[in-house]
Amino acid sequence: MKITREEVEHVALLARLKFNEKEKERFTLQLNSILQYMEKLGELDTAYVEPTFHAIAKTNVFREDVVKPSFPRDLTLNNAPDGHRGLFQVPKIIE
Amino acid sequence: MEYEPVIGLEVHAQLLTQSKIFCNCSTRFGEEPNTLTCPVCTGSPGSLPVLNKKVVEYTLRAALATHCQIAPYSLFARKNYFYPDLPKGYQISQYELPLTVDGYIDIQIDSQKKRIGIIRIHMEEDAGKLIHDLSSEQGSHSYVDFNRTGVPLIEIVSAPDIRSSEEASAYLRKLRAILMFLDICDGNMEEGSFRCDANISLRPTGRKAFGVKTEIKNINSFRNVQRALEFEIRRQTALLDQGEEVLQETRLWDAGKGVTISMRGKEEAHDYRYFPDPDLVPLLINPPWIEEIRATLPELPEAKKERFIREYGIPEYDAEILTTSKSLANYYESCLGHYPKPKIVSNWIMSELLRELKKDDREIEECPVPALHLSEMLKLIDEGIISGKIAKSVFEEMYHSGKRALEIVREKGLVQVSDSAEIEKIVGEVLSANPEKVEAYRKGKEKLFGFFVGQVMKATQGKANPQMVNELLKKKL
Repeated sequence: MKITREEVEHVALLARLKFNEKEKERFTLQLNSILQYMEKLGELDTAYVEPTFHAIAKTNVFREDVVKPSFPRDLTLNNAPDGHRGLFQVPKIIE
Repeated sequence: MEYEPVIGLEVHAQLLTQSKIFCNCSTRFGEEPNTLTCPVCTGSPGSLPVLNKKVVEYTLRAALATHCQIAPYSLFARKNYFYPDLPKGYQISQYELPLTVDGYIDIQIDSQKKRIGIIRIHMEEDAGKLIHDLSSEQGSHSYVDFNRTGVPLIEIVSAPDIRSSEEASAYLRKLRAILMFLDICDGNMEEGSFRCDANISLRPTGRKAFGVKTEIKNINSFRNVQRALEFEIRRQTALLDQGEEVLQETRLWDAGKGVTISMRGKEEAHDYRYFPDPDLVPLLINPPWIEEIRATLPELPEAKKERFIREYGIPEYDAEILTTSKSLANYYESCLGHYPKPKIVSNWIMSELLRELKKDDREIEECPVPALHLSEMLKLIDEGIISGKIAKSVFEEMYHSGKRALEIVREKGLVQVSDSAEIEKIVGEVLSANPEKVEAYRKGKEKLFGFFVGQVMKATQGKANPQMVNELLKKKL
C-alpha cells in the first residue's frame, strides 16, 4: 500500500476535515486503488514528453493595468455566512 | 563562544500598479472595507484570474536593476493553506519557476563595499487584512477586509550573505531606494508597501555549516529590523552557550516589548502542496521585451552617487546621503540649477534641511522650502546681505512660515550691517566700555580678540558684517 492511514489523517487535517475511524479506513483503501489505477500511466515511456500543466497551449495572456468598478459590497457580503459593518465575520483567530 | 550571525531577508514590496494583479479592482489604500473586491478577489466559483501586464514589466525592472537572470519560461503556482485572510484557500505565487533569479545588490558598510546576493524575485498576490479588536464586543470573532487581496507584490529573497544587523539595515535601505528610483514601489513601510521577514541562525565563528535558523515576522521599520535581529542574536547566543538547541520556528517581533515571541505550533503541519496554477498560462519572456524594459530604466542610486562625486566633486559621504531617495537627489540638483556651488548646497541640505525634516518626521517631498527658495537664500549670503549665522535662523523661519528669504530679512530687519562708519562707531563703544581688556590684549593676551568680536556682534544682534568687524577691530586695537 502506498498511502498510509497517517497520511490520510494528515491530509484531512490540512483540509480541515474530520473523519471517523471507518471513514479513514475507507479513504485509505480508495486512495490507494486510485493511485494504483493511475500507475498504469507509468507503463508509458514519457521521457520525451513535456509535462502538461495546462489544457490549452496558450502563453502570455495579459490584461492592461486599468481600474474598473468593483463589485457592490452588499452583493459580496451576501455570499458570506456572517457580515458585520462591511466586514466578513469569521471565528476568532488568535494571533 | 564567539558566534557569527547568518542572515537572509525576504522582502515583500507592493507594486505601484493602478489595478490588482489578477483583476481590475483598484489597489488604493485606506478605502472602506471590502469596497475594492470582486468575484476574483473573493475566490468565487467560476471566476478566473488574468495577469496584469504591468506587474510583469515592473518585476522585470526590479530584476534588471538587481542584476538578476530573467527566466525565459515561468509559471504561477498555488500555495495552499487555510487562513481567513485567503478566500480561495490558496495564494497565487510562483514556486518552481520564478520570473527572475540570481542577482545582487552592493551595499556600503564602514566605507567598504559588500555584495549581497539575491536568490530570486517572484510575483504574487497579497492576502486580505484581519481585524481582531472591533471595540466594544470583545472576543468571539475576527473580521476580514479583502481590499488588499490580489494587490500585486514582489517577493525579493536575499542569499544568506548578511552578517550583522547593520548590514541587514543597509541592504534594506538600498533595496528600498532602488525600488523607489524605479517608480515601482512607494516604499511606505507603515502602510505595508515594503515589509520584511528575516531568517537568522548563528554558527561558531570560522565554521562553514549553518546553524538552525528562526524566521522573524512582523518587522515594520528599519530600526525594528535591527532591534529584532539584535534581540534574536542575543537569544540564540544564550541558548547555544547553555548547550541548548535553537528550535527551527517562526517568531513574531513585538516592537512594544522589544522581544521575539514563538508562534508555537501555529505553523505546524505546514505543507503548502504547491502546484502549477491551471488558471494561469505560462509566461514567456523574449529578449526584445527585456531590452525594451532595460531602455526605460532610470539612473539608479549607485550610478547617481558615482556621478555626483565625479560631476560635483562632493565627498562620497555626501553623495551617499543625497542619493538615498530620488526626490532628495532631484532637490539637490534643482538647487544647483539656481545656485551652482555643490558643496555649499550639500552642507545646507544635509545639516539644516534634513534636520528640520527629521524633527517633523517629514519626507523631502513634503519639504515646505522649495529648492528655488533655498538657492535664493544662499545667494543672499554670497551677496553679503545676510551673514551665515543669520542665514540659519532665516532658514528656520522659511521652513516654518513658507516665506521667502528676502521677505523675512526685510520684515525682521536682518540685513547685514556693512556700513563701515556704523560698525566703527560700535567698535569704538565696545573698546571704551572694556578698558582693562583692551590693555590686556595690547600686552599680548590675543585670545581676547574673540571677546571683542562677540561684543560687537551682540551689540548689532549678529547683523554686523563679520569681515568688516575683524578688520576694524584690528585697526583700532
